[in-house]
Amino acid sequence: MSTQGKVVGIVSNLVTIEVDGPVGQNEVCYINLKGTELMAEVIKIRGKRAFAQVFESTRGMRTGDTVRFTGHMLEVTLGPGMLSQKYDGLQNDLEKMEGVFLKRGQYTDPLDRVKKWHFTPLAKVGDKVKAASWLGEVKEGWVPHKIMVPFDIKGEWTIASLASAGDYTVDDVMATIKNAAGEEKKVTMTMKWPVKVEVTGYKDKPRPFKIMETGVRTIDTLNPIAEGGTGFIPGPFGCGKTVLQHALAKYAEADLIIIVACGERANEVVEIFSTFPELDDPRTGRKLSERTIIICNTSNMPVAAREASVYTGMTIAEYYRMMGLKVLLLADSTSRWAQALREMSNRMEELPGPDAFPMDLSAIISSFYARAGYVNLNNGKSGSITFIGTVSPAGGNLKEPVVESTKKAARCFYALAQPRADSKRYPAVDPIDSYSKYLEYPEVVAYLDSTVEKGWADKVMRLKDILLRGREAQDQINILGDDGVPVNYHILFNKSEVIDFVILQQDAFDKIDASTPLPRQKFMVDLVLGICDSDFNFDSFELVSAYFKKLINLMKQMNYQEFESDSFNSLKEQLMAMIAERRA
Amino acid sequence: MNTKAFQKVYTKIENITKATCTVKAQGITNEEMAYVDGRPAQVVKIDGEAVTLQIFTGTQGIATNAEVVFTGKPPTLKVSDELKGRFFNPFGHPIDGGPEVNGKEVEIGGPSCNPVRRQEPSELIATGIAGIDMNNTLVTGQKIPFFADADQPYNSVMATVALRAQADIIILGGMGMSNDDFLFFRQLFENAGALDRIVCFMNTTGDPPVERLLVPDMCLTAAEYFAVEKGQKVLCLLTDMTLYADALAIVSNRMDQIPSKDSMPGSLYSDLAKIYEKAAQFPNGGSITLVAVTTLNGGDITHAIPDNTGYITEGQLYLRRDTDVSKVIIDPFRSLSRLKQQVIGKKTRADHPQVMNAAVRLYADAASAKTKLENGFDLSDYDRRTLEFAKEYSEKLLAIDVNIKVDEMLDTAWRLFGKYFTKDEVAIKQVFTEKYWPAEK
Repeated sequence: MSTQGKVVGIVSNLVTIEVDGPVGQNEVCYINLKGTELMAEVIKIRGKRAFAQVFESTRGMRTGDTVRFTGHMLEVTLGPGMLSQKYDGLQNDLEKMEGVFLKRGQYTDPLDRVKKWHFTPLAKVGDKVKAASWLGEVKEGWVPHKIMVPFDIKGEWTIASLASAGDYTVDDVMATIKNAAGEEKKVTMTMKWPVKVEVTGYKDKPRPFKIMETGVRTIDTLNPIAEGGTGFIPGPFGCGKTVLQHALAKYAEADLIIIVACGERANEVVEIFSTFPELDDPRTGRKLSERTIIICNTSNMPVAAREASVYTGMTIAEYYRMMGLKVLLLADSTSRWAQALREMSNRMEELPGPDAFPMDLSAIISSFYARAGYVNLNNGKSGSITFIGTVSPAGGNLKEPVVESTKKAARCFYALAQPRADSKRYPAVDPIDSYSKYLEYPEVVAYLDSTVEKGWADKVMRLKDILLRGREAQDQINILGDDGVPVNYHILFNKSEVIDFVILQQDAFDKIDASTPLPRQKFMVDLVLGICDSDFNFDSFELVSAYFKKLINLMKQMNYQEFESDSFNSLKEQLMAMIAERRA
Repeated sequence: MNTKAFQKVYTKIENITKATCTVKAQGITNEEMAYVDGRPAQVVKIDGEAVTLQIFTGTQGIATNAEVVFTGKPPTLKVSDELKGRFFNPFGHPIDGGPEVNGKEVEIGGPSCNPVRRQEPSELIATGIAGIDMNNTLVTGQKIPFFADADQPYNSVMATVALRAQADIIILGGMGMSNDDFLFFRQLFENAGALDRIVCFMNTTGDPPVERLLVPDMCLTAAEYFAVEKGQKVLCLLTDMTLYADALAIVSNRMDQIPSKDSMPGSLYSDLAKIYEKAAQFPNGGSITLVAVTTLNGGDITHAIPDNTGYITEGQLYLRRDTDVSKVIIDPFRSLSRLKQQVIGKKTRADHPQVMNAAVRLYADAASAKTKLENGFDLSDYDRRTLEFAKEYSEKLLAIDVNIKVDEMLDTAWRLFGKYFTKDEVAIKQVFTEKYWPAEK
């Protein structure tokens, strides 16, 4: 008999429950409201009283309503069939729900129990296995979906029986395993895992050393993110956070994209729903929706489920990572998650930290970011989760608690700047404030040396230096006036403008410019650096900007052409001729 | 308030604050409506037998022995076509002297739309105001506020938008609206012969502030009836959301909650999102479009209310007084409609996006020319032309008293381009200049 309870207090979605037996922190319970069971999670226990956050509206609930405890934490169901699904924050399949409006207490199965999958064994009877060992695989779309030993198995087990190749449903027994003590366990294609616990059945988690190509130049060239790395994008509203995240979702070099729409606009998710099934994945030629899972808990959906949604996304990512896949996890926006934490902390009358956020906000964010990473599996393969979250700072102020806490946890910082957005310089990532710590990793530098070019990291630093000097020159020009500074200042400033317009700015809505592969980025960087390293002769400042505007225009046109096509090459020749004309 | 047999009545109030009272009671459901001494109230907290009620009209004069009657149900609204042409208070009772409305009784503040059932907004709303239709096109299912200072004529602009928008139903929610403005709206709708498409829920400055908290939910419950059940295009106007948020702050303060930024409750984002996200395009063709007003304090958009609103809504519209032409215009720089991409150049003429951008860019050049002039620098011939252009652009297109079709707006813009600039300076794709560039005189 599991623990039962009775509701004794209600404030908004925080419910106090008097329990008759043992109860665990983060345990899931169901509150019976006139026959409808509402899911809730225990977040504090004091004596016989458990405090639970309800994942639904508590309207109509009364004291004395009965509560059933489940004995487990909030879990997700893992198995083939999750790709291209649209889940809510608690992993309910939104498509399976009835009606236009979300009904309270309606929980739907995340998996298709009827569909048959073609199973191919990868192990054999008698093999020694551990948690997360691969037993076989099914084709989930184009992803080789591994059927694994459940993650909660402890110690070494032996395969006693294994299904032969054939078609099975997710609930069919694929294998039985035995341990030394003679215990026997049946393994199906699915398992459950608590979302707040990291899946750790891997061998080790080395420092990230590879670059994950995103096709976005201001990221790949200037502040690259590592495969298995973490990054965040803060910016005020209207700066293009969502457009940038969508660009990453479309073009990043990952096997799998998981998008967590956490407390944001529903119409933005609708846009993903309607465009992704149409768009081609540039790498595989398949539809983007086939490699995407969307966890969608928009701003009007229950707040507590918003907090759960980021964990649900991370756990699904970890599941696929154990199959040796490269997963990119995007969360938009983590500020809404932090606000959900604030609402609960406030209702529990905890002493507040800065801006009324809970004191442990920083620790919660850090331990979440720490779940990303590159891992070596026990079978010699590797997998990764690269995590990029957006932050929506209140009033656009980057000194607020969520930005500061995230800054401590994430290794890449892509600051979106209002002035850049105002002058339509998109993506509005500020090249000087932003950084990537991975450029300081010797293993990343070595990787860039071998894959892009020897000394690439130094080139990137040179680009940054020129940008910084350009900004200083611009400040001087603004203070002293166009003719109050030497002509050289104008040249310095315009050289930085070349980098800005040709490398940093990118047209997310143009077919070709939207995504730039690394070799092409390298080509353009060399071209731009060639200009920046040249000395030019100008008699007066008026000529400088006109000349550079022409150079920039030519190179922008190049960005719109197919790489190394005739039109691209002819533009390049015009450019070379123009440079030769002016070079000192 | 007549009590009915099944209703629970209590007469022992334990605590009273300015907005809430606590009473010992049993079997009370969360968020249910009650009457304290005849005043409407709602359950906001239950702690064992202690039930805390938020009294919408304030607690002045409530005594500890006042009669508390629980109704057993959350706030509801009776919805039917009888709502049309009627004016109500925030509790859904008529204030126009007419009879109570008959219809299906539904709970207000109902569940949210399943995101996978939503349709992509794609239908243009024509307002005749070029500052909106040309530069910041509105789309059905969109939610967008006016960010305006108190002295700006936001209510009259909004009324104009409402009347021209060709919506099947217009729902007006007034929160802390001055009685003069209320009468203005009423008069305007009456004169326009639009009264039969109006539903209005009104809380004026004279009414208790906490009452306002019910207004948006009432409006949107009525809106959902017309949009979802009748498949109609509903336009919902909410003014002023800043006063709504202030009322939230009052209640959260009385309940001893810890305030976050700018003394606003920590849940402000969720509270506002719950309202704004009701805007949607439904699969049956019905839609709810939400136009709101958020008044600013001295133009400060970093304050928690406009800031959170900006993260929720799909753009914002700014009004500004242009002293050069002495008219109120829709500011082309800071205004933004995030959904305009869905319709411009698709539902409107193909040159729309380029004309829009070129005009705003040239207007920006005029702004920098003006700065130059103010700083005592010499103006070039181009600078002078941009200034002339800006004046005419402002008067003929940005001013809020403009009322023309989108094609006429584009033609006007082309005429101005031809009058003041060369094709190179305007820099629009050749296919369009060939077609639309005005013939040389």
